[in-house]
Amino acid sequence: MAQYLLSIHACPTDPQPAPMSDDEMGAHMQQIMGLQEDMHTAGAFVFGGRLHDPDTATVVRMADGNVATTDGPFLESKEHLGGFYIIDADDLDAALAWAARVTELMGKPIEVRPFVAEPQG
Amino acid sequence: MAPSVDDLEPIFRAEYGRCVTTLITAFGDIDLVEDAVQDAFTIALRTWAQDGVPRKPRAWITTTARRRAIDRLRRDARGRELQRHATASDDDTATEEVGPVHDDRLRLIFTCCHPALATDTQVALTLRLLGGLRTEEVARAFLVPIETMAKRLVRAKHKIRAAQIPYRIPTDAKLPDRLPGVLAVVYLIYSTGADGPAGDDLCAEAIRLARTLADLMPDESEVAGLLALLLLTESRRQARRHDGRLVLLADQDRATWDAALIAEGTAIVLGCVRRDHPGPYQIQAAINAVHADAASIETTDWAQVMALYDHLYQLTPTPVVALNRAIAIGEVDGPAAALALTDDLRLDGYWPYHATRADLLHRLGRDSEAADGYTRAAAMAPGEAEREYLAGRLGGLS
Repeated sequence: MAQYLLSIHACPTDPQPAPMSDDEMGAHMQQIMGLQEDMHTAGAFVFGGRLHDPDTATVVRMADGNVATTDGPFLESKEHLGGFYIIDADDLDAALAWAARVTELMGKPIEVRPFVAEPQG
Repeated sequence: MAPSVDDLEPIFRAEYGRCVTTLITAFGDIDLVEDAVQDAFTIALRTWAQDGVPRKPRAWITTTARRRAIDRLRRDARGRELQRHATASDDDTATEEVGPVHDDRLRLIFTCCHPALATDTQVALTLRLLGGLRTEEVARAFLVPIETMAKRLVRAKHKIRAAQIPYRIPTDAKLPDRLPGVLAVVYLIYSTGADGPAGDDLCAEAIRLARTLADLMPDESEVAGLLALLLLTESRRQARRHDGRLVLLADQDRATWDAALIAEGTAIVLGCVRRDHPGPYQIQAAINAVHADAASIETTDWAQVMALYDHLYQLTPTPVVALNRAIAIGEVDGPAAALALTDDLRLDGYWPYHATRADLLHRLGRDSEAADGYTRAAAMAPGEAEREYLAGRLGGLS
């Protein structure tokens, strides 16, 4: 058993799908809720969520021994993290199967990364 | 008489992959197992040089390596959990020399060829872990520095461990997704050998892997097809070169083709035809079997070759298949028909495309255009053998 980060990468400069009607949006949300329910049922769901756009980000870093706070994302890039899931899975194949369902639903590429395991006492 | 290092090298090479696969199932850690098998070889060298080779060398090495692995785990803090895992499964694997060694090898092939690893890495890992090639041998075969190859292998093994790429044969439902990747790796090992400096080793290893796969997955027609394709291609590999020069099918000395390989490959093709689940490897094997069956280029059953290429093009409509299909059509319907079919192929960077068009133009009496084609092909040909061949064709024009 291992934990994986499934990060959902958004790229606003790519051609965007046509805006959804309210009904379509509702159905889409239902599907996302359904996927999360399946993750819960399978015991895979640890945490997940959608993030606000990168222009809402603030960076905190050490500068000359002081904490400095600046506006904006850490990395200015075309792509940004739109949201993520943290899941428990037996192995990479199981994690990739969840990632496949997420990308089918979101239409965005999903990066799958293993967490370093906590040392067991 | 005591064996020398040279006597033992082939035994080690042959047993490496089997020992590693057996022990990975028990220990689940490639680095640990590789080190333990290496230790076992070192101990074997010392012991066997005095006492002679034991009756069952594989069992000897596997048992020794297993003990070394457990020793290493005891010394290693990280090893506690692995050791629990290994001891738990120790009893069922105690009879490894008659146990499910085959399944272990198949599991590891699917791990090495996992799509989460880059293709280059899949090939290198397969050769290292299953073929037992040393890192420097793998590096030489792919013309990369040893350090580059060593890094690539270390990185791959780290990813397998960290991301937990499983040692598992995919379920029937997943097999159609995963098997083509494995077959592509074996084919790539063969073609790298056929075109490169480490020819004999890699070609032999690819055929050995294909045989293993065919043994372990007797119901998969494409696995049989790949094995047949490799055997039939191998039957004329030596005839493809003469004094370092490329010799194409039409000019090969068919007496030098390997009859035993042809017989074996053809028998597999016939089995595939009876089974009737055609796929790209089986069809390519069948095309090769038709060529192998002919006494000369003129008496080749080109109508059959053409029909097979039609089928292949339906399954894999790539420009290269289209080019080869056009060549077959040229033998049946004449060069004008073939040339027309090559007009729109987007293969400008592929030297055989220009060479093929030049052949067809020559047959149509358009020699000055043919000369342009051979010249273009020669400018992009990868090696001396190909360039010499093309210079010869150019010299034969009026």
